[in-house]
Amino acid sequence: MSSTAPTIDIAPGGRAAAGARRRPGVGVVYRWELLKLRYQKRTYLGLGASVLVPILFVLAIHFRHDRRGGGDFAFASYLTKSGLVVPLVMLLFGAVWLFPLITALVAGDIFASEDHNGTLKTVLTRSLERWHIFAGKALAAATYATTAIFISGTVAVVAGSIQSGFNSVQTLSGTIVSAPKGLELVYLSLLVYLIPIATVVCIGLLLSTITRNSAAAVVGTLMISLLFQLIGILPGLGALGPYLLSTQFNAWQGLLRQPIDWSPIVRAAWVCAMYGVPALATAFLVFLRRDVAGG
Amino acid sequence: MTGADSGAPPPVEVRGLVKRYGELEAVAGVDLTVHAGDVYGYLGPNGAGKTTCLRMMLGLIRPTEGTVRLFGRDPLETVQALDDVAGFVEAPTFYPYLSGRRNLELLAAFDGGEAADRIDQALETVDLTDRAKDKIGGYSHGMRQRIGIAAALLRDPKLLLLDEPATGLDPAGMRDMRLLIRRLADQGMTVLLSSHLLAEVEELCNRVAIVRTGKIVYEGAISDLKRGAGATYRLSSTNDERALAVCRAQPGIGDVRTVHGKISFTAADDGAVAELSQALVEAGALIRALAPQTVTLEDLFFSLTEGDGTDGRGVPAGEPAPAPAPAEASP
Repeated sequence: MSSTAPTIDIAPGGRAAAGARRRPGVGVVYRWELLKLRYQKRTYLGLGASVLVPILFVLAIHFRHDRRGGGDFAFASYLTKSGLVVPLVMLLFGAVWLFPLITALVAGDIFASEDHNGTLKTVLTRSLERWHIFAGKALAAATYATTAIFISGTVAVVAGSIQSGFNSVQTLSGTIVSAPKGLELVYLSLLVYLIPIATVVCIGLLLSTITRNSAAAVVGTLMISLLFQLIGILPGLGALGPYLLSTQFNAWQGLLRQPIDWSPIVRAAWVCAMYGVPALATAFLVFLRRDVAGG
Repeated sequence: MTGADSGAPPPVEVRGLVKRYGELEAVAGVDLTVHAGDVYGYLGPNGAGKTTCLRMMLGLIRPTEGTVRLFGRDPLETVQALDDVAGFVEAPTFYPYLSGRRNLELLAAFDGGEAADRIDQALETVDLTDRAKDKIGGYSHGMRQRIGIAAALLRDPKLLLLDEPATGLDPAGMRDMRLLIRRLADQGMTVLLSSHLLAEVEELCNRVAIVRTGKIVYEGAISDLKRGAGATYRLSSTNDERALAVCRAQPGIGDVRTVHGKISFTAADDGAVAELSQALVEAGALIRALAPQTVTLEDLFFSLTEGDGTDGRGVPAGEPAPAPAPAEASP
């Protein structure tokens, strides 16, 4: 800041007319949020887990003494026969804590960390409306979660195929589908899986907004997800099962029946909306009206 | 030329601003106006509500009551109210995992318009071109303050709001910051700065608001404040007890008190001092030393903001300033 430094021209002639300012929107926030995610460790922690867990799972299959398969869960007997089963088993077990945790790592952090670092006040005093910021961040969190799910699925397909081959797969109805058709079903299953994941994103965003504490929001999101699992196994609460978030993580299994059973998918859509939309709307309203007093 | 008479809405117009947090009234009915071209100091002790007030001006927090207008627009109604405004509250904050330049690129993208074209110029202005590629997490406090100014300049503002811009800087950094603000003001930018550094404010600002427990106790030109304080004198005599009584009884003499063992008073004019001298001699309190004191903004600030608020030294904004006593017994 030497006194010889050049000056900023603020003469009227050098200023763009106030009304002519080109205003940024949601797209700008979204792009920069994605870029910021690229520089944060927690992003790589989540995406790293998405890559590593399927590989470890396949290694576990490889080094099992009894390689004939078996087990009391869907597709267990097919684990050593077709690699396409690996991503489906990952979806089955990942619903308990892995994918909710990976999702919460970013969704629970995305507002809270800005609060903690004081950067929210920095971005809120620029030329963006608050809803631009909210929408950009929410989209970025959803994009990250989607990326994590598809990376995990793809790694599972590749690793599973290396281990057990790119072979035909048996559906839950007992029919055999070809490997290409099986691959199509795997990716459709991943798409359906995004419905409850989107709800976890919404819950993460809500906790991130209202707690203003990254750790509390991430752990809180995971706890809520686990609470649904717990309610699902409590005796006497079986009637609640179809309406629990945890149940919706199994909706993709409808795709693996012949003919396709759409009812769990449709139910997942509205049950997840029932949880997700109020959470997202509350987060939005809180963010719009909140005082930014920290940092 | 302050722009007060130009007819355009003033850069900052705050009326009846109140912010309550439960029982606590952080800001208690603030009125202030910053005119175009002002370098306006916003002064007050810690906890007086300065930062809360600045946050309300920037639309970061909602007032419980009252209004803020920036160039005639309400920052809570539209973000366009901030179009010609930039600055920071408390310390400027950035993404520590991004470089200085990346942070500025992000903020320029969030500003739109030609802000991105000003990045190099802004970095050069704050002398950070060489460190622009380093992550901000590794910046010193002074560098963060400077990049905060650079981020503000990207917006090509007409009004700069700065909260304690020199806090935590070393003497050279403070001098540089002062020079920068002076230079920006000389180019026509209106500046509102809160500061604890009263000498800095006195050097930079033409107008001030002094706030105490959320209320403005003075708003106006520093020169008026000093003028209103009257001339202050220090007296030492052969019989200070008697001299004190004479001073208190003498017309034209006010705010009589003992400061560091000497009598301090203000005088309406030179004649009042001459008459006091004569009265002291007649009372048998011979003068050992009688010296006029220079009243600084610091003296006035402490006079207006210290004490329990019931001693009559603080006065509402717009009323004549009191006649404070200098805190130091310097000749």
